[in-house]
Amino acid sequence: MKMVMTGNYASAYGAKVCRAEVISAYPITPQTSIVEKIATLCSSGEMKAKFVKVESEHSAMAALISASMTGARTYTATSSHGLLLMHELLIWAAGARTPVVMSNVCRANGPPWSVWADHHDAIAQRDTGWMQVFCEGNQEVLDSIIMAYKLGEREDIRLPSIINEDAFILSHTVEPVDVPEMEDVDSFLPPFNPRFRLDVNEPYGFGSLVMPDMYMEFRYKINEAMEAARQGWRDVEKDFERHFGRSHGGLVEFYKCEGADAILIMAGSIASTAKDVVDDLRAKGKKVGLARIRVFRPFPVEEIRKLAGMANTMGMCDHSYTFGHWGPMGQEVRGALYDMNDRPLLMNYIVGLGGKDMTPGVIEKIYLKTLALKGGLDHDIEWIGVKGHGGW
Amino acid sequence: MTREQLKGVYKTYQDLPLTPITSVNSSANQTGFWKTFKPVLDSSKCIKCAICWKFCPDVAVRMKEDVFPEFDLRHCKGCGICANECPKQAITMVMEGDVE
Repeated sequence: MKMVMTGNYASAYGAKVCRAEVISAYPITPQTSIVEKIATLCSSGEMKAKFVKVESEHSAMAALISASMTGARTYTATSSHGLLLMHELLIWAAGARTPVVMSNVCRANGPPWSVWADHHDAIAQRDTGWMQVFCEGNQEVLDSIIMAYKLGEREDIRLPSIINEDAFILSHTVEPVDVPEMEDVDSFLPPFNPRFRLDVNEPYGFGSLVMPDMYMEFRYKINEAMEAARQGWRDVEKDFERHFGRSHGGLVEFYKCEGADAILIMAGSIASTAKDVVDDLRAKGKKVGLARIRVFRPFPVEEIRKLAGMANTMGMCDHSYTFGHWGPMGQEVRGALYDMNDRPLLMNYIVGLGGKDMTPGVIEKIYLKTLALKGGLDHDIEWIGVKGHGGW
Repeated sequence: MTREQLKGVYKTYQDLPLTPITSVNSSANQTGFWKTFKPVLDSSKCIKCAICWKFCPDVAVRMKEDVFPEFDLRHCKGCGICANECPKQAITMVMEGDVE
């Protein structure tokens, strides 16, 4: 049924149509309305889930790991500092191979205090073993939750997922969203049925000590699952398209990249604005394209390598910074392209931190900068829109 | 994978279950090979007071009433707390391999 809703409600309905059985969450701006909506759906009986109230995000994740180990389908939502507080247990969830699905409303980390869009919270979890999707719109938020359960619960994958939606730009902005019937989702998504589970009638010890001779082997198994998840996301999206009649572009969505002189790479809702800019610039005869990183974990190495040869100059727009050198996605894109003979000139742009507006005008400027890039770059990173820096 | 198969021998990563899981309790983890020194009892000095049994953090001292303590060397990590606490200095920590 088509409804008009925010990204946060799309998240809540995503959990509902997937029949999530245990919810545990702690409210935080701008995620709060996800939790409120789910609480309402649970209290009205529309959603048959156990809602476990907790005193922190750390406890919320602990509750879900345990619930997932009993074989329940689990869901939570958080943002920014809440996600950072969960960090320890994110690593546990991946190691325990509990396919929890979580919505993260991407928000800047303080201080300075900020509640606006920024990917630093999500990026800080990139090494935890969770799969991560960055959404462009509200329909994608809902659909990605369904796909994350379908893939994450597969016996050869069994990994948790973070579905990222940008603060306010998606979380509090309404769009038409097609909410599938629960019976329709049932025929796509079978119940979660792990072989080993917490069960008093068949007791096991979970997450116990392993000697140095076999620890690395367990980590290798997580790596193997993450590697398999790359093809897994391609397959699950095709399945989803056959079943529901829509898709969101695979691991990396290429938009008008054919014959482009310059391509910008980005993730999240700013890609939606950038598509309009691409259309405008193409109409003016400027050959530009866009590559949107939709799935960030597993990292889409093959898709990124397809970029080599597509255009001579590219810009990676990172919506966060890691205080090393280059933005996080810039590092990984650069790493994936390193072995390619026809790798492009790549500039890394740091954009939109703490909700700094990414208007069509700003994105057009970035495209024009990228079109003008020449070999022998005198610098390879630029912060966009920082007052007093780089001519802004 | 069955419950019985979980008790099998793991040679490669493929043999391992998906999740780190065990069907036995942690006494199956034989941590005794961590030790450098092992406790040796001089039963002529021992008064069977059971202080070593009480203090052992790894429950590696086995004791019954009126019987000399025995050390479970498959689990003893060689910390020496038993020797330190023994009021009669009846326990000596000896380098592994130095005595039979």
